[in-house]
Amino acid sequence: MHVFADPTNLDAYLSGFLWILKLTGSSAVLALVLGVLLAAFRVSPVPVLRGFGAAWVNIFRNTPLTLIIFFCYFGLFTTLGLTLSDDLDQNNYWLGVVGLSVYTAAFVCEAVRSGINTVPPGQAEAARAIGLTFFQTLRIVVLPQAGRAVVAPLGSVLIALCKNATIVGTIGLIEASSVMKQLINDNGDAVIPIFLVFAGTFAALLIPTGYFFGWLANRLAVKR
Amino acid sequence: MSTSTVLYDHPGPRARVRNAVLSVVFGVGLAALLWWVYAKFDQAGQWEGDLWKPFTEASTWTQFIWPGLRQTLLAAVTGMVLSLTFGILFAVGRLSDHRWVRIPAGAIVEFFRAVPLLIMIFFIFYGVPFLIQGPVSAFWSVVIGLTLYNGSVLAEAFRAGIRSIPTGQAEAAYAVGMRKSQVMQLILVPQAARAMLPVIVSQLVVLLKDTALGYIVAFPELLQRGVNDLSANRGNVVAAAIVVAMIYIVINSMLTTLANWLDRRTRRRAFRIPKQATAPRDDTTVTEPQG
Repeated sequence: MHVFADPTNLDAYLSGFLWILKLTGSSAVLALVLGVLLAAFRVSPVPVLRGFGAAWVNIFRNTPLTLIIFFCYFGLFTTLGLTLSDDLDQNNYWLGVVGLSVYTAAFVCEAVRSGINTVPPGQAEAARAIGLTFFQTLRIVVLPQAGRAVVAPLGSVLIALCKNATIVGTIGLIEASSVMKQLINDNGDAVIPIFLVFAGTFAALLIPTGYFFGWLANRLAVKR
Repeated sequence: MSTSTVLYDHPGPRARVRNAVLSVVFGVGLAALLWWVYAKFDQAGQWEGDLWKPFTEASTWTQFIWPGLRQTLLAAVTGMVLSLTFGILFAVGRLSDHRWVRIPAGAIVEFFRAVPLLIMIFFIFYGVPFLIQGPVSAFWSVVIGLTLYNGSVLAEAFRAGIRSIPTGQAEAAYAVGMRKSQVMQLILVPQAARAMLPVIVSQLVVLLKDTALGYIVAFPELLQRGVNDLSANRGNVVAAAIVVAMIYIVINSMLTTLANWLDRRTRRRAFRIPKQATAPRDDTTVTEPQG
């Protein structure tokens, strides 16, 4: 463990995971908002909105995230000159957030849509029968019930998002995986401890998160 | 709710007008957005014929895209075969009656599901050479990483599949005198595999997309060859990324269609998973969106 006794290495480790947490947090919020909106589009009565939602999901779900992040950097930033911050790290961070969010939103959308499918049709029929509009039906009756059914799938999406955040390292943000690569290259004699610390940190963060969402999903499940 | 149409009434005259207005408003907004993107690209000179011309030349396809695609598919197929093997072994291991098999198998599956693929690939590519005093090829780093991760996901899928088989199947097999291993091999695994076929195919999509991580360790797959190397020569990174993305989208859409078709087919066929058993509480994650 002598590697982590060195304060520079310890700092690198901490800042690496801090980036991962920040990427996960910002992207989770954006992807959730965007994903729910897309799901509403996909079930809406307006064909153009449905088509837009479907196109988004098909494009981003079927493209590798590495390619999306790559495009955010070399396409949006380098070629098209989209700058999100003057600070280099901050710029890479926000480009990463954009890539992660548009990608994850497609999965959130599909999770929410399948959640909507678990709500019995009678619920929506009853809502329509008492004269609620599409938005009222969705907001007051269907989404609250669907929300309980999608806790578990959204939990897996969040976990996957946290793991995917490592890919932002590709565009030069020194997050956890890049730090690990650097430490391994500098300390060839301590490869296994370094790997176990990084992998173990992810496991320690994500395995309990998985169980928490499983527990929450059970607690919130609609008893039918 | 099987169809979303239950969410709103059959549109009457007013609703039709409102939908038409919304369609137009949103359509115009979308068109404006697309035009803005187009104008931005145009401003940056991204529609110049020179940048797109490489894709009309045979050498681009034979030297960059096709070799890259072949490596991508090779890694995906190798990874799939290995992760299926890994998945079946560890699913059976987790269902074992012996605690000394069950617990390590469970720990390994949980661990590899939680560790990001990139961390695994970096460890294999940069770390393992220090341990074995010899290089590890980028191909095997990617394939082994993919196997460990997707194998663990498939192990969970198989376990859910095996547990969803009615207990009468195993009981009948024991009653005709089969051993535990025979029951597993001849009765449970084949039925679980069939029920899980759609999940396996959709995991193949995840795996195929994940091969793009090979780009990070300079494995000459589609993203590396078709976007990075090609644009290094031609300076057309946006054009190349769009073309390669379309290739990925076409392949993955075909696989997704296949998965949906298999899903409908298995549902129609004789063996049905009881509804309650298809979603055991702790097995909600079957396919995860990975890079």
